[in-house]
Amino acid sequence: MQQQFDASKLGMWLFLATEILLFGVLFVGFGLSQGRWPEEFKQAHHHLDRVLGAFNTVVLLFSSFTMVMAVNSASRSKRKATINYLIVTILCAIAFLVVKYFEYSHKIHEGLLPGQYFTYLASTDPMAKGNSVFFGFYFMMTGLHGFHIFAGVVVLCLLLKETIKGKYNAAYYTPVDLVGLYWHIVDLIWIYLFPLLYLIG
Amino acid sequence: MADILTSPHAGADVHHGKEIDYIEAKKGIWSWMSTVDHKRLGLMYFWAVVANFIVGGIFALLVRITLLTGNHGDNYFINAETYNRFFTLHGIVMVFLVIIPSVPAALGNFVLPLMLGAKDVAFPRMNLASFWIYIVGWTMAITAICLGMVDTGWTFYTPYSSTTNGPVSLMALAAFTLGFSSIFTGINFIATVHKLRAPGMGWFDMPLFVWSIYSTSLIQVLATPVVGITLVLLTIERAWGIGVFDASKGGDPVLFQHFFWFYSHPAVYIMILPGMAIISEIIPTFSAKTMFGYKAVAYSSVAIALIGFLVWGHHMFPSGQSQLASLVFSFLTFLVAIPSGIKVFNWLATMWRGNIAMDTPMVWAVSFLLLFTIGGLTGIFLGSLSTDIHLHDTYFVVAHFHYVMMGGTITAFLGGVHYWWPKMFGRMYNEGPAKIAAYLYFIGFNVLFLSQFVMGSNGMPRRYYNYLPEFQPWHIASTVGSWIIAAGLFLALGNLLASLRKPKDAPDNPWKGTTLEWQTQSPPIEHNFHDQPVLHRAPYDYRTPVSVDREIH
Amino acid sequence: MLPEQGSQHARHVDTLFMALFWLNVFFFVLVAGLAIYCVYAFKRREGVKTPHITHNLALELIWSVIPTMLVIGVFFWGAAGFLDYSVAPGNSLEIAVTAKKWNWTFTMPDGSVYGKNIQIPVNTNVKFVMTSMDVLHDFYVPAMRVKHDVLPNRYTEVWFNAEKEGTYHLACAEYCGKSHSDMFGSIKAVQPAEYEKWLVDGPPEWATMKPEELGKIAYEAYGCNTCHSVDGTKNTGPTWKGLYGKTEKFSDGTTTVVDEAYIKESINIPGKKVVSGYENQMPAFEGQIKPKLFEGLIAYIKSLK
Ligand code: HEA
Ligand code: HEA
Ligand code: HEC
Ligand code: CUA
Ligand SMILES: [Cu+2]
Repeated sequence: MQQQFDASKLGMWLFLATEILLFGVLFVGFGLSQGRWPEEFKQAHHHLDRVLGAFNTVVLLFSSFTMVMAVNSASRSKRKATINYLIVTILCAIAFLVVKYFEYSHKIHEGLLPGQYFTYLASTDPMAKGNSVFFGFYFMMTGLHGFHIFAGVVVLCLLLKETIKGKYNAAYYTPVDLVGLYWHIVDLIWIYLFPLLYLIG
Repeated sequence: MADILTSPHAGADVHHGKEIDYIEAKKGIWSWMSTVDHKRLGLMYFWAVVANFIVGGIFALLVRITLLTGNHGDNYFINAETYNRFFTLHGIVMVFLVIIPSVPAALGNFVLPLMLGAKDVAFPRMNLASFWIYIVGWTMAITAICLGMVDTGWTFYTPYSSTTNGPVSLMALAAFTLGFSSIFTGINFIATVHKLRAPGMGWFDMPLFVWSIYSTSLIQVLATPVVGITLVLLTIERAWGIGVFDASKGGDPVLFQHFFWFYSHPAVYIMILPGMAIISEIIPTFSAKTMFGYKAVAYSSVAIALIGFLVWGHHMFPSGQSQLASLVFSFLTFLVAIPSGIKVFNWLATMWRGNIAMDTPMVWAVSFLLLFTIGGLTGIFLGSLSTDIHLHDTYFVVAHFHYVMMGGTITAFLGGVHYWWPKMFGRMYNEGPAKIAAYLYFIGFNVLFLSQFVMGSNGMPRRYYNYLPEFQPWHIASTVGSWIIAAGLFLALGNLLASLRKPKDAPDNPWKGTTLEWQTQSPPIEHNFHDQPVLHRAPYDYRTPVSVDREIH
Repeated sequence: MLPEQGSQHARHVDTLFMALFWLNVFFFVLVAGLAIYCVYAFKRREGVKTPHITHNLALELIWSVIPTMLVIGVFFWGAAGFLDYSVAPGNSLEIAVTAKKWNWTFTMPDGSVYGKNIQIPVNTNVKFVMTSMDVLHDFYVPAMRVKHDVLPNRYTEVWFNAEKEGTYHLACAEYCGKSHSDMFGSIKAVQPAEYEKWLVDGPPEWATMKPEELGKIAYEAYGCNTCHSVDGTKNTGPTWKGLYGKTEKFSDGTTTVVDEAYIKESINIPGKKVVSGYENQMPAFEGQIKPKLFEGLIAYIKSLK
């Protein structure tokens, strides 16, 4: 059993390494494009709402904490507490997505979708290209991240169901632990995304 | 003696002849489709790879037939657009559907747990998932082919790929999906090697095959996500015109090349390391001699894997990347050649004063040594800056990579297939035709690709439908070579298939191998070993004789 | 094994190429020789016991260190050749190159524009400043051993100094679609005096050609063919078929019968009268077309009934 547990954990870490690389590419691409369009990126980031971004950061940090507590309770066979912490985590994640939804629809409204949909600046405006590239990265990165949060919500719900059934206890709580790891990485990525996108310059 | 494996409890029943093996353990299609047995999954991958190899090969033969003549009118039976699709699909099929899964997913899945003395891989269900993801990716690729094919070259360079017609997005997503299959296989193998080694098996008691596959898996896990997300970016660029790579929209096409090669260079080591893995098994076994420089070979696999991450820019010397970058990449490219050299010399030293049996697998292994050396050495021309400027994107490069990919990996793969065939299917094939096939392949291969080195250094660019008349003799030679090699390959396949019609007749250890997979019956039982095997003899230790059958008292 | 050498740089590259060739022959013969020797000398005999040799530090050091030294040497040699060629000397003749699916267009220092085939003076440093109108292309002159990608929205350079008179093949070496393999051209190195003459009247064969034939060359060389058809099909610009003598209507409502003067004006200052149904997209060619070709164009248009 211990061997199995170790193996799963190793597997999870490897998977998370691939996740970090996945985002890593976008970070590198963002950095290089910022080098090409420094002024444009600065201008574009003013469209992002720092307050909402900061709020979401806090929400995710808090959810990371509740996730730690969920794992901790599971490892001590405290089923009730685990259930509560998981529910709070899920609610935080949903709150995050709701805020994101409002941010997105605001941007779509302003014509900030990248590429052919970018209408905020006339295509003849010299700043338009760089702005559009910025939003290309913005939507790619936050979209991919949002997808990870969404996937996290689904997995957390499954976990909740199994916890309610009483599947986990001090002797076996591997899945809780693994989901915990995943959740921390997703949060961590946001911790990097937030200053990168919202707080340039 | 007989000290490889002691299984005090299960010993008794092992002697009662063969037991029901993994192939016959369960019946029905569903039992295959839902299997989590690494051996069955390995087998299914194997057949998928063989089928894809034939598809990729047919595209190659069509490419060669087109090039028999140099200046095609509009009415030629294969026109320029079709030609471009043929070589693109040839490249994509061979790379993503054949060579990357060939050794790790097909043979590795089958052999790796056996070699470690494990019951299965660490995550059997994930293994099944990887297989089905592979099938999904495969279906997407085939759909893209049927929907009118793709003409971007296997490298998908932007902005051509973001503007051309055809189901490029579907093909890119297919490659993305196949990448995920490859990542999961990699994770699985790493965890298996870390956690499921037989008791008594330290890191340096592992067969070299395992070391090499382990290094491969590291690259798969660390490099594949990069190309994955790059291809997604390409797809999004095609769909919504976000301009990450498109210069007219403010992007940078060279960035795409960096991302692509950041994966695809390490990917060439994903391709060759498993080939080297097989050679490191075949050579000691057929020389009946211990591996020379075991540790050097093991470490060189890891070194290749790690340094291999730092050389991608050597594909871009004339592309407009900075000169400093070109200098650094050129230097590192040379460094990565050294561990390969070390391996070659260690294999030779293993053969030296050995007791060499030229059975079919060994014929393939020796072919590998010669072909890979040519391929690798011509890589030095390409790594060197001023000569690469001349040779870049000519047939010299085409010949180089066929020598390493086909002459290296595919040759090794075929050697491995002949080596483990008795274990996988429990039958011995006919030696005569198998050897003839191997020789045909060797001759055909050199006729096919040596002529391409000549054309390439003479300035014949690649991906050319029309060419100058002076190149025609060499193109004809090359095409004739492709027929010889095709004959060899079909003969090899036919011979192997013919053996399946016989009753099972393979001994457990036909080649007197020392690694654990030879210590169970052929084909193995569903759970590989009756009892947890315990390692007593280091791999490739021929100090005490190895008997042909199981060494269990 | 290698194409003709057109420059000093080409000779340097070839020296390295041949050195590598022999180095590799040496290593190949070593590897292949040993492998085949072993296969015959140590052929299997039953009952033979092989020695248990696990490693040999001295030997292993030899075959790690010697190749390392060699490749480091090769690195410096290759890098020197690369750096040496990568920056064009300051006094180079500058030719602008535009690549577009699937043609090369050259703008000579005097502003005249050619497609595909040009001349350059021999023994002169010539620098090509290149950009692409669409996808990636690659400017490859095998005889000079130079090659560089041509990118959209960006300028890249190659240069060389042709030592001998001769015609050098130019190829596109970056895959660019359907006619990638037909995207070639030629660069003819001639004596400076002849080059100057060519700049004024074009190549000698023009002297014997009919004006319509010259016009056809110009039609392709200056890229008129990208917008104008000669078979009646409508393109970015109006077709030239049946143009001469017809009555043209303009977007401002006026009309004109097409004569030589109008054609001249349309080429020099196309924006002056814009044909109705078309945008004013045609670039002004005033002063860019050689007189001979200009005459040719008019004759060519006249000939398209
Ligand atoms: C299995 C795959 C594989 C392998 C193993 C290699 C191995 C190597 N490759 Fe290759 N390569 C490809 C697959 C592979 N390559 C592909 C697919 C492409 C083209 C892709 C495309 O554009 O479509 C390519 C292209 C490519 C280029 C780019 C060319 C261009 O487009 O301009 C370069 C340049 O540096 C290069 C170099 C090398 C080198 C130095 C090695 C080295 O690792 C080789 C090391 C081995 C040896 C050197 C031989 C054994 C050593 C000795 C016997 C010791 C003595 C040696 C010396 C003294 C040197 N390769
Ligand atoms: C694994 C990789 C691999 C393999 C094996 C091959 C095999 C062959 N390739 Fe290769 N090729 C590539 C990878 C590979 N290729 C890549 C990546 C490109 C670049 C594409 C691009 O530019 O985008 C390329 C490009 C390429 C070109 C250049 C096209 C161009 O630039 O215009 C040519 C031209 O001759 C060519 C020819 C061939 C030929 C004749 C074979 C033959 O050797 C094929 C022979 C095979 C068969 C006839 C099938 C028969 C098989 C069986 C019967 C199964 C046997 C199985 C068992 C015994 C188990 N290939
Ligand atoms: C970028 C596209 C483009 C190119 C290149 C181009 N043209 Fe045009 N041309 C047009 C368009 C559009 C019109 C119609 C609008 C106008 O009259 O300005 C036109 C009109 C003309 C006319 C008048 C035709 C009429 O029906 O009245 C002539 C003559 C002409 N072009 C000659 C040339 C020649 C000669 C060249 C090459 C040296 C050339 N064009 C290159 C786009 C082009
Ligand atoms: Cu232009 Cu290839
Ligand atoms: Cu490479």
